[in-house]
Amino acid sequence: MSDVPGSALAEKAPARTDGRFGHAMLKVEGLKRYFDVSAPWLNRVLEKQPKQILKAVDGIDFEIARGETFGLVGESGCGKSTVARLIVGLYGPTDGSITLEGNNIAGLSRKEMAPMRRRLQMIFQDPYASLNPRWRVRDIIAEPIRAFNLTSGNTETAERVAELLTFVGLNPRDGEKFPHEFSGGQRQRISIARALASKPEFLVCDEPTSALDVSVQAQILNLMKDLQREFALTYLFISHNLAVVYHISDRVGVMYLGKLVEVAPSKTLFTTPRHPYTRMLLDTIPDLDMTGRERMPVGGEVPNPITPPPGCAFHPRCPFANDRCKSEAPQPIAVDGGGLVACHGVEEGRVPQGPILATPAKPDGLAASVHE
Amino acid sequence: MADPLLQVRNLVVEFPTRRGTLTAVDNISFDIAEGEVLGVVGESGAGKSLTGAAIIGLLEPPGQVGAGEILLEGRRIDNLPYEQMRRIRGKQIGAIFQDPLTSLNPLYSVGRQLTETIMTHTDMTPTKARERAIELLTEVGIPAPARRVDQYPHQFSGGMRQRVVIALALAVNPRLVVADEPTTALDVSIQAQIIALLKKLCRDHGTAVMLVTHDMGVIAETADRVAVMYAGRIAEIGPVREVIKNAKHPYTHGLMGSIPAVGHDAERLEQIPGSMPRLTDIPQGCAFNPRCPQAHGRCFRDRPEPLPVEDSRVACWLYDEANALSYEDAKRAVAAKEQVSEAQLEEQANV
Repeated sequence: MSDVPGSALAEKAPARTDGRFGHAMLKVEGLKRYFDVSAPWLNRVLEKQPKQILKAVDGIDFEIARGETFGLVGESGCGKSTVARLIVGLYGPTDGSITLEGNNIAGLSRKEMAPMRRRLQMIFQDPYASLNPRWRVRDIIAEPIRAFNLTSGNTETAERVAELLTFVGLNPRDGEKFPHEFSGGQRQRISIARALASKPEFLVCDEPTSALDVSVQAQILNLMKDLQREFALTYLFISHNLAVVYHISDRVGVMYLGKLVEVAPSKTLFTTPRHPYTRMLLDTIPDLDMTGRERMPVGGEVPNPITPPPGCAFHPRCPFANDRCKSEAPQPIAVDGGGLVACHGVEEGRVPQGPILATPAKPDGLAASVHE
Repeated sequence: MADPLLQVRNLVVEFPTRRGTLTAVDNISFDIAEGEVLGVVGESGAGKSLTGAAIIGLLEPPGQVGAGEILLEGRRIDNLPYEQMRRIRGKQIGAIFQDPLTSLNPLYSVGRQLTETIMTHTDMTPTKARERAIELLTEVGIPAPARRVDQYPHQFSGGMRQRVVIALALAVNPRLVVADEPTTALDVSIQAQIIALLKKLCRDHGTAVMLVTHDMGVIAETADRVAVMYAGRIAEIGPVREVIKNAKHPYTHGLMGSIPAVGHDAERLEQIPGSMPRLTDIPQGCAFNPRCPQAHGRCFRDRPEPLPVEDSRVACWLYDEANALSYEDAKRAVAAKEQVSEAQLEEQANV
């Protein structure tokens, strides 16, 4: 299994990529989370079935620097949402550590976790499910303020709520309304206001724009960027939409079946992807520029995570796989451009290098359209 | 040129409610030619799925076709009795929906669902129909079809299920397939496979497709022509290349700018302010006027109908040359509108 010592990794992949970011704010080392998905005990005994363990997150390491946006991409079932839940403490890890500014927060008790919680908040995917329909917006946003006793009284709380609503582009008077009175985009603004209410430093965003229309998505992404600048926030941004991740992230990690297969600065990852899986993912981005670019057809689907293929989990779909890939799990190695890649082929130089995706420009017709 | 396969003329879909009738699809017209893929895009609530549902005759009550007509091969199909429409559906029009799990019956094997469809619309014998079912599964790329034909939908993965749904839609070679968000529920790598499959099959069979989606990327890859819908109306319709690379309607233009693209480095995305109006308060004139950077006097008064511009049709007064305002007029109109809205805001604040 992948038992990479976290410290060795940290040396190889410093979070500081271009001097823009400071020291590591969040450090994840050897993080694992297994779920027991076995049949009930009696069935197991009668049918002589072994225990079934789903390795949702199977030993991953990464660092996020203060003020940085770290994007996490992968297909459904790759474990990216489990990582989000582990970091905010909604799940306890099976193994490994999560360090926030030098304090280990993995597997703390509720009480020990309480002071750290204020600094870590989360934005969820579905703004229809993440807001209590029976609460007024002002109470939703005030909940973290009250829970952490951040103000001296109701008047101050109300002022703070009004301020937060203004930050996210809503009207302070909207606090009187209920969630159902808002559209999806406005609800996501409310979620963001609630997440900001406890003055956090680190936000975990799990597919925050996936349920939104593109024009609303643009508004929310712009808002998130503005807020990051204003409040010096650090983001862990999870999405399956590669273009969104490219737009918002400074560095990107690609997950496949519970493991990080490649980590690299955003630009490097998208211009010179190294891992065959990353290259396949990039190839699925629809060609909006209509350049008629050739696609590398990759068949197959994500295998069952309960019984992942031996060796490199990607080998059944990988055009470059050989016998070593089928038997030995690859370890992350550092590559040029400040990235980490877990692939035997890249290590041995079997996988051809270089961009497969011609860097497309925005459709030029748009910039110089009739209206401008 | 021969008559288009599907003609939609001044279609209106409305929902009678206690507080009056809501018009969800408002007087839209378009054609689909034989073997053509027409993409229909728009944000949620733009009326794109309802247009699709109206064509296949599956509008959920109280929704109803309020006016206009739908012609398939020159024959009206919007006013047919249920039983006749049922015969057309499946035989001449196939449907593919977003969620493959809800469009398959979990209690019947995949093979039974396919043979049932085949035998309803043709006079094949059960043995023949089963052979045809296996053939269809092979065609949509399902491995070991002879074994999988007897399996149930839950034994298939999401991508494989959507392939089954496609097989089901194409079972008796329909002339038109209405695909409503066929790839939205799927992973990106599967999405690409499904789109490639749909494209190939329709090309091989000469089937026309109405592809309803909110994903411009899917449209760019698949469609021949695109209709952009906004608040129940068609804002712009034209060849896919024209609409994507040379958007004419201010809404399409804003929409294209708001899509993040790999390789496009911008600190901020272009954004369209505000959101689509609710059905209950669609503004007078052009429905896009509150969000439009180019809105001027006439946009607030008269509703624009699609006008021919180059190869497209665009519903925007900017392209009505006879009535075009001078740039100065337009600017003044925008300024006047801002004053009005400020006054309204103050009024609200005072209340």
